[in-house]
Amino acid sequence: MRVTQGTFSFLPDFTDQQIHEQVQYCIDNGWAVSIEYTDDPHPRNTYWEMWGHPMFDNPDAAAVVYELNECRKVYGSYYIRIIAFDSSPGWESIRLSFIVNRPSEEPGFKLSRTEVKGRNIQYSITPYSSDKPQGSRYK
Amino acid sequence: MENEGQEKEPEIVTEVNLKEDFQASGVADILAELDDSLIGLTPVKTRIKETASLLLVDKAREKLGLVNESPTLHMSFSGNPGTGKTTVALKMANLLFRLGYVRKGHLVTVTRDDLVGQYIGHTAPKTKEVLKKAMGGVLFIDEAYYLYRPENERDYGQEAIEILLQVMENNRDDLVVILAGYKDKMDKFFESNPGFRSRIAHHIDFPDYSNNELLEIAEVMVASMNYQFNEESKKAMAEYIKIRKKQPHFANARSIRNAIDRARLRQANRVFNSSEGPIGASFLSQIEDIDIRQSRVFSGGIDK
Repeated sequence: MRVTQGTFSFLPDFTDQQIHEQVQYCIDNGWAVSIEYTDDPHPRNTYWEMWGHPMFDNPDAAAVVYELNECRKVYGSYYIRIIAFDSSPGWESIRLSFIVNRPSEEPGFKLSRTEVKGRNIQYSITPYSSDKPQGSRYK
Repeated sequence: MENEGQEKEPEIVTEVNLKEDFQASGVADILAELDDSLIGLTPVKTRIKETASLLLVDKAREKLGLVNESPTLHMSFSGNPGTGKTTVALKMANLLFRLGYVRKGHLVTVTRDDLVGQYIGHTAPKTKEVLKKAMGGVLFIDEAYYLYRPENERDYGQEAIEILLQVMENNRDDLVVILAGYKDKMDKFFESNPGFRSRIAHHIDFPDYSNNELLEIAEVMVASMNYQFNEESKKAMAEYIKIRKKQPHFANARSIRNAIDRARLRQANRVFNSSEGPIGASFLSQIEDIDIRQSRVFSGGIDK
């Protein structure tokens, strides 16, 4: 099951060229671009691991694509996303976030229903992959 | 995934108009600016013009499908201090940008300190940070030969060199590297690092300025600061140049700039001490020969 979170996630995966253009758009708007990765695709997992610092002073998107490829070398089977932070309101807020790398196989989520008081039902989802310990979820 | 982006339909072009390309690129402006703003340096200007036309023709050939490899643009500028290497590098960055060889056209100037770390594992991230900053533009490494220190085999400079070479080769479309430094030391540097020599296509030598050129530079500098020479002070400046040039640590245009700065200091002092009552702009901006002749150079001393 394809994980769809962030912008562009219903589109086919971007090529490096397309990533470059999107990132350049962010940089030209004055946003700081950062690369993050995780192997826990749960939608409530907001804080992914950072790949280096957010790049505040790179005028060209090639630097981000370069770092992305470095990240792929290490975490090629993880989810990797690119996040653009806008500091103009006075704090860093996310303007754009999109997934640029995903595992070749995405097993999807398990939906579990729990019957609680008054025959109400509580739903929760768990990624099948998170049964395994961190670091060994995707090969 | 690297090359999947180039799936665009190739436009079919059968002829190009070099004159039109030349006009459209705005290269003419830069070359004219180069001619106007830099005094002397004729061989450098010629080389840059040659390089510009080569690149323009290359772009045209690329349009016609005659080349598909991007040319090597890394350069080395060798010459004595104060001969305009940084200034020309700035112009070169702009030129490459106008010709469409770099995307942003900014210049990042670094020395050994910005590339080489102080402990194990410090160098690679530091060098990469600088390289990333320079992507889309030009990386100018001043006094590049200090990167390589053969006398210390545990020096981290070698690590910086390796990363640099790797990026210069693999990210050729993303940045242009210009190495600069004294001629003899650069030659030695290239001898001991053949990897660099083969990756650098353009070697440009910066000659020293002649006395007349230095005087002309002095006049331009003075004018740009809204001061002026008169006949006597110009003569004094010419004499100053003649003497200063024979002294050690002479750094061409940079020495002239320093001399002028000191002359301004003395001029300010003189104006302040001598003025009583209102004075005009012309008095404030006039550099007299006494301002220059007070220099230690005339009494056998050395100006730094």
